[in-house]
Amino acid sequence: MSATFEVKPAPAPAASRAGETTARKPPRTSRRTQAGRSLRRHWQLYLLIVVPLAYFVIFKYIPIANAVIAFKDYSPVKGPWGSDWVGFKNFELFFQNPVFWTLVKNTFLLSVYTVLASFPIPIILAIALNEIRNGRFKKTVQLVTYAPYFISTVVVVSMTILVLSPRLGFVNDAIGLFGVPSVDFLGNPNYFRHIYVWSDVWQTTGYSAVIYLAALSGIDPALHESARIDGASRLQRIRHVDLPGIMPTAVIILVLGVGNIMSIGFEKAFLLQNPLNTQQSEIIATYVYKTGLLNADFSMATAIGLFNSVINLFLLLGVNFVAKRITGNGLWS
Amino acid sequence: MSITLQGFRRTADKRPDTSKRTAIEETRTDKIFLAGVKIMLWLALIIVAVPLIYIVANSFSSPSAVSAGRVLFWPIEPSIRAYKEAFSDPLIMKGYLNSFIYAIGGTLISVTLTIAIAYPLSRRTFFGRNVIMSVLIFTMLFSGGLIPTYLVVQDLGMLNTRWAMVIPSAIGVWQVIIARTFFRSTIPDELYEAATIDGASDLRFLWSIVLPLSKPVIAVIALMYAIFQWNSYFDALIYLKDPGLYPLQIVLRNVLILNTLTGSTTTTNLAQQLEQQQLANVLKYALIVISSLPVLIIYPFVARHFTKGVMVGAVKG
Repeated sequence: MSATFEVKPAPAPAASRAGETTARKPPRTSRRTQAGRSLRRHWQLYLLIVVPLAYFVIFKYIPIANAVIAFKDYSPVKGPWGSDWVGFKNFELFFQNPVFWTLVKNTFLLSVYTVLASFPIPIILAIALNEIRNGRFKKTVQLVTYAPYFISTVVVVSMTILVLSPRLGFVNDAIGLFGVPSVDFLGNPNYFRHIYVWSDVWQTTGYSAVIYLAALSGIDPALHESARIDGASRLQRIRHVDLPGIMPTAVIILVLGVGNIMSIGFEKAFLLQNPLNTQQSEIIATYVYKTGLLNADFSMATAIGLFNSVINLFLLLGVNFVAKRITGNGLWS
Repeated sequence: MSITLQGFRRTADKRPDTSKRTAIEETRTDKIFLAGVKIMLWLALIIVAVPLIYIVANSFSSPSAVSAGRVLFWPIEPSIRAYKEAFSDPLIMKGYLNSFIYAIGGTLISVTLTIAIAYPLSRRTFFGRNVIMSVLIFTMLFSGGLIPTYLVVQDLGMLNTRWAMVIPSAIGVWQVIIARTFFRSTIPDELYEAATIDGASDLRFLWSIVLPLSKPVIAVIALMYAIFQWNSYFDALIYLKDPGLYPLQIVLRNVLILNTLTGSTTTTNLAQQLEQQQLANVLKYALIVISSLPVLIIYPFVARHFTKGVMVGAVKG
């Protein structure tokens, strides 16, 4: 709390009571007095924040408290707090369930594949865009590649299904030209991950590239100029000027990507899922939905969700720690 | 990441065009390299555009041509049958209307609440702002999960009401960070001091000075919320049971992915059945176009502001 013109650091009687009795230092305002003064002077700001804060308590923190039903046998009549404790029974049941390893494997492979595929491609696109002069072509490429980001998941999945359809889609027409018989991509579990990841790349590359483009435009032009005078080729300038320049951005995006590996979204996997490909498309999030809302096993679904959240939190903190050690860049400085 | 903040004030990419200014000639390898770069960009353009063109071309073709798989990138036997059919379907139109209600109502609520928390958090004299910020950021890292949140919505009696669509996802922490960063970097303390000397209260200052100065950032977060709300289907999937409340995305999912035909009359006539089947096929393409249109129409105008908003949010703080 730095003092502004109105909060004058006047010696307050509360300061000595609070125990700050180092004789040499000038008496400082205690945090309690500061808080009181700020509250009196800016009560309107505190009033303003009441409703939004209540939102976070009700919709974010009460659910965290409600997650206690993971350790209980939830009964709707008794409520989350009145239900009977069962300890780790739900977790044990889940770990022993034969579906457990399949879920963990599917979730893990799907996200690792997504991160690996969608990390380098936007960087390449951004650098390529950065190489050409500002003009209509550059603007068109940017506008068109950015557009799919604004399309809803439902529509992207529908488009994917239509385009890959064995009877009508043009992908099968195209491979038919090479004499390949038509393939039912969505009916074969082995294609699920490729479909998921590459439709994701199609949708998000333009958007992610924009972030790197901003980082590239922040690089001092003098660096490029002096590299040119020293005779560096375009490729060498990309290697020695552009790439180091976007490193901090890339690290943050990678940390977020790896940290969220187990929290891969429910929406798309659920929409792309069909009875033929569940073997690879059933991930933790879709399983939680089915257990919780379709089978109404609230305690079990909460336990699985909690297991996932905890792993996620540790993954994110761990990756952030490692990234900070190696590159000096992390989410929090 | 602090460099990216400058992007907010920069209207255009002002990077000097080095290839024109300097006298150094492009070497041959550089020219070849540049040609390769252009080919790559053309490829990217084609890969993204082709599926979009394919969908639009199909949506304007005749049902029989679509069902025979004859349409590629230009409409065959042009017709707007599918669009007529879509606009006369009561479920689809109801979904469209509902989506508009959720998008507009949700955005109003979200923007109001976001500003109400972002502005105090941007003020240096607000005691405890760092603690509150941590409380907010923690919710990005850890959540109670699907069922515990569902229980809260259930206890509040919001299940199967319109409120379930706009309240549980009202405030995005990301948007709070964007707004707070903007307030902090564009509203100087001196302005506040001058206003207080003139006798303005905190609320008056926010209303008469901060909000008019913050139109760009308010537009950005409003658009983010509106597009998010328009595209979302998960909340509707778990909280809504009554088809009369369904937003467009749920209707789309039913028609496009689950293949449930809407408004079709069952008939025993084989020729009619075939025709209906064909119409259902082309209807899918038309629905994709119709549902994405509102977003894609405004997108070119907002793309740049959107980008800037993302950049501001990326600033650590």
